[in-house]
Amino acid sequence: MKLLLIAEYKNKKFLESNYELIAFADKLNADYVMFGVGDESDLPKCEGKFYLADSEKAGEYNPSLHKKLIAEVMEKEKADFIVLPHTSYGWDLAPRLSAELTLPQVSEVVDVSDNNFILPACNGKLWRKVSLDGKGIITIQGGAFNPESNYEGTPEVVNLEVPSVESKVRFEGYEKAEAVGVDLTKAEIIVSAGRGVGKKENVENVKKLAEALGGELGASRPVVDSEWVEHSHQVGTTGQTVAPKLYIACGISGAIQHLAGMKKSDFILAVNTDKDAPIAEVADVLVVADVNQFAPALAEKLK
Amino acid sequence: MKILVCVKQVPDMESKFKLDKENKWFSEEDLAFRMNEYDEYAVEQVVQLKEQIGDVEVVVISLGPDRTKEAIKKALAMGCDRAIHIKDDDYYKKDSYSVAKNIYEYVKDENFDIVFTGLQSQDRGSAQVGVLLSEFLDYPCVTTIIEFEYDNGEIQVKRELEGGEKAVVKVKPPVVLTCQLGLNTPRYPTLPNIMKAKKKEIKMVEPVDTENLLTFTDIDYPEKKGAAEILEGDVKELVDKTIEILKQKTSVLK
Repeated sequence: MKLLLIAEYKNKKFLESNYELIAFADKLNADYVMFGVGDESDLPKCEGKFYLADSEKAGEYNPSLHKKLIAEVMEKEKADFIVLPHTSYGWDLAPRLSAELTLPQVSEVVDVSDNNFILPACNGKLWRKVSLDGKGIITIQGGAFNPESNYEGTPEVVNLEVPSVESKVRFEGYEKAEAVGVDLTKAEIIVSAGRGVGKKENVENVKKLAEALGGELGASRPVVDSEWVEHSHQVGTTGQTVAPKLYIACGISGAIQHLAGMKKSDFILAVNTDKDAPIAEVADVLVVADVNQFAPALAEKLK
Repeated sequence: MKILVCVKQVPDMESKFKLDKENKWFSEEDLAFRMNEYDEYAVEQVVQLKEQIGDVEVVVISLGPDRTKEAIKKALAMGCDRAIHIKDDDYYKKDSYSVAKNIYEYVKDENFDIVFTGLQSQDRGSAQVGVLLSEFLDYPCVTTIIEFEYDNGEIQVKRELEGGEKAVVKVKPPVVLTCQLGLNTPRYPTLPNIMKAKKKEIKMVEPVDTENLLTFTDIDYPEKKGAAEILEGDVKELVDKTIEILKQKTSVLK
């Protein structure tokens, strides 16, 4: 089996997360070539061909251009699968390739078993399986395929001509994340609030538990979107990725995007009324309780 | 101006899911359904744009079984003008390519200026349909928008990237935009608007014959790997047990 791995570059930097694509190829025992719109000064440590389009000429992400270049590489390499990260880059680009090449796309693959790709459905509560036969396009979930730490080698660079491709979408620039109010990555203890707290006022229960433990307040995405907690506290793929000594998830069912941001914590305590919630997959202990009763009681006892 | 918004009805994600008899999808028995959360943001943005510029016709389209009409009615009550319902009991057997082709067939002659969709559905999460539709329509597409502004024929949006970073992008219609959570604050339909929506047109159509590119084999519960220790009991007991465990297993409680 042969894979074409699509590496993501940002501001000419090769993203470390691209190694998960290699980990995926290794899991399948597949050969691979890579593609990236990036810079020769920052190449991954790996063997094999690397099709490189110079981002000096290509600029930042232009979907039409990336689509055209990848189609060109596919023409030469005839890979079985094109593999992208399931990120804002990958999920934007993959369906365009699917349409261009009339190939099926499998989104958000979290595992491979018995000749099937496994993809989560309904917030990870179910696993849907898709046959691995044939050709296609795959996006892989961040954190699902763990790279080794010791990749070595220098890829054989094949430079691609950068054609001029008109884009109807004008890129105006990046906007940095708002000045982070709290740097959760340095916290030893994080107590996070999820939708299970019920309403904005109840976030106070979680906050008080965080204070009693000398930790920081974290939050899941729905709670931030509802404006119960500020974005700077958000844990997950669109927030901060954390690994504290103790992570307490209060009323967080455990969407994949949240789990990806906290599952490397040393010890995870979940408080949830549903003992089958996906958070139980990564938690060390799951307390089956209403967070609004349990958190104040625990905070009180800790004083 | 003519705007299309694509919505889907999905089960409440807090539900307990059971498998259907063929192990192909979840059983719909005992499930409560609602509009896909991402699509609520899409509908809200459309309605806000209509309020901003006035002369806009908004069409909502959805593919799904009979129950889907509840999500369609909600979109109409939020402010959409008319609806197309592709009634399809086999919706879950279609891959994203087929779903997008179906929508395309029913909208290609309408010359929409802007198409809004959710970034993804909560049940399948493939994040493909909006982008595929843009490819079939030959419209540009901007995904994962978290901010939207329209001024004098030009659209400025911000795409949400990872870690809170955003990309600022400008584009002119026609365009397809896929909406991320948090784009706005979706409204609750008011009673008068719910009543008004009853008079709005819902055109029922049959799905078109399309071929799947993907082969779904079956569906299952996730493999239990982690298996957390489960603590149950009254709150006081739970607190004591928890403190004991934290003292033993972590270095943060002395």
